[in-house]
Amino acid sequence: MVKVSPIDLFPAIAKTQKLYVPDGSQCSGMELHKPFKEWKADKNAPCEKVRTPKDFFFPQTENLMAFKREGKTIEVIDTREEKEDFVIFGVRACDVRSFAILDKVFLADPVDTYYKNRREHATVISWACSPEWMRETCFCQTFGIDCADPEGDVAAWFDGSFFYLEAKTEKGEMLLDRIKDVLIACDEEPVWDLKTAIYTAKKELPLAGLTTDGFTPEKMMEYFNSEKWGELSEACLGCGSCTFVCPTCQCYDIRDFDTGHGIKRFRCWDSCMYSDFTKMAHGNPRVSQLERFRQRFMHKLVYFPANNEGEFGCVGCGRCLSKCPISMNIVKVMKALKEGDNR
Amino acid sequence: MKETLIPVVGVVTDIRIDTPDVKTFRVVTPEGKKPFEHMPGQCAMVSIPGVGEAMFSITSSPTNREFMEFSIKKCGCLTEWLHVMEVGQQVTVRGPYGNAFPVETELKGKNLLFVAGGIGLAPLRSVINYCRHYRENYGTIDIVYGSRSKDDLVDYQEIIDEWMTTEGVNVHLTIDREQEGWDGHVGFVPNYVKELNPDLSKTVLVCGPPIMIKFTLAGLKELGFTEEQVYTTMELRMKCGVGKCGRCNIGNRYVCKDGPVFRYDKLGELPDEY
Repeated sequence: MVKVSPIDLFPAIAKTQKLYVPDGSQCSGMELHKPFKEWKADKNAPCEKVRTPKDFFFPQTENLMAFKREGKTIEVIDTREEKEDFVIFGVRACDVRSFAILDKVFLADPVDTYYKNRREHATVISWACSPEWMRETCFCQTFGIDCADPEGDVAAWFDGSFFYLEAKTEKGEMLLDRIKDVLIACDEEPVWDLKTAIYTAKKELPLAGLTTDGFTPEKMMEYFNSEKWGELSEACLGCGSCTFVCPTCQCYDIRDFDTGHGIKRFRCWDSCMYSDFTKMAHGNPRVSQLERFRQRFMHKLVYFPANNEGEFGCVGCGRCLSKCPISMNIVKVMKALKEGDNR
Repeated sequence: MKETLIPVVGVVTDIRIDTPDVKTFRVVTPEGKKPFEHMPGQCAMVSIPGVGEAMFSITSSPTNREFMEFSIKKCGCLTEWLHVMEVGQQVTVRGPYGNAFPVETELKGKNLLFVAGGIGLAPLRSVINYCRHYRENYGTIDIVYGSRSKDDLVDYQEIIDEWMTTEGVNVHLTIDREQEGWDGHVGFVPNYVKELNPDLSKTVLVCGPPIMIKFTLAGLKELGFTEEQVYTTMELRMKCGVGKCGRCNIGNRYVCKDGPVFRYDKLGELPDEY
């Protein structure tokens, strides 16, 4: 275990690689990571979660390629660029897990090279949750996530004066090696105290008892045909907010835009909650909001785990719970489906 | 590193007018080669940059070494655009995507019954011509093909000139309503299949409008066919073609990579959302 003062830590990292830190100045809304300028204890803490850090690897909008069309001819222009190495500091445990889930989609054969390029150049430093950041909407433990001991290339704990760092991957070790001059060797005791405080606070959260029991691939047809979907989806506005604040939602659209002097092909986040998501010339297999709503939750709770050794497509970050305009959410869906189970 | 979303340029070297709303486009690379190899039933993303990109089944057989063909029905924004193309127009293509009909495994040595309706012949034509090419590897081949009218039969000339003259291949054409100049069968495809009463040794490959597929399957079951004997190929909206964009997801399957070809019993294990 090593410790380091924030005054030393951030400039040391920023000297070798581009560094992004949480920007608490946007506390009223976004959790956006911004390029590091200077350390301010009150400004650089992760605060209310709205946006996710998935933008670093899977941006909301990105230019995939360009085309030139002249007369009958077409030229395909590869606009991919080599990325520079960068460090994201202060990713919370739930969001770190979301990267592993996105990896299962984008790094599965055939690899998405846009995603891979960014992912490979990033070093992720997680930040163990402080009890003050926990919300009643948090339920990461449901998916086996330990917010007191987050994953990532390097895990960090903060006691108010020092960051305690632990490398979790080879990439993380390399990062710590680069900044070894500012690191101070220390024992693990302060981290134990921090962890204990986190576990104590975590136990008190209202969703502490939520489990995934019963959500197995064998239940696919039973849950799909559940009578609960009508009631659950009845008030859904189809606004797609849940998908846009979700760290694991990965559905996308590909669209072309004619700039007037060339065509750009973009990839943008899309939402299975939208009516035209599956609409074709001959019709739409998901005719009403019920089907769209069901798709989103079935995908996260049943379809995704069925294809990924039981790993769920949710990290319990709670963003969709706090942002849904009709207060519908995955927790209510899980409870309702399980209730149907016990009848 | 190769990126699957980045297409190659294809040149349209021939356009055949099949029906009032179906044209068959022949595509090669600017060097005059076939854009890529495929197996019967696989698909490709065809695009006019600035207009759109969509998944189409490759209607030519893999045994055709010179070019690739797509039979496309005019029914939306991109297809309207494709239909006004002239020879020499470039498009982009990427693929091949999805699985194929099991022509080298489960279908080998079998008596085959193809059932197609309208533009649904497009993916099956690839299989039919593959099986005709390797004729000795398959038993009898029966083809039931129907359309709204005589003028709506895709590949009509090829059917008359080549399929009907291949030994061991029986073609049964039908149109929905009586029409002047048509002395063949009149009636819907599912009923015609039942009338023909095919023997139960056959493996069936079905493609057509959803309603036709539904009634054909019901009819086949009545005749005694099992779901394990029937294959179909699906169509859902797609953007990526590689199981990531999320559109063609049915249960834990993606039509673009786990399909588009499904054996009927396997399809039955999935939610009914297609």
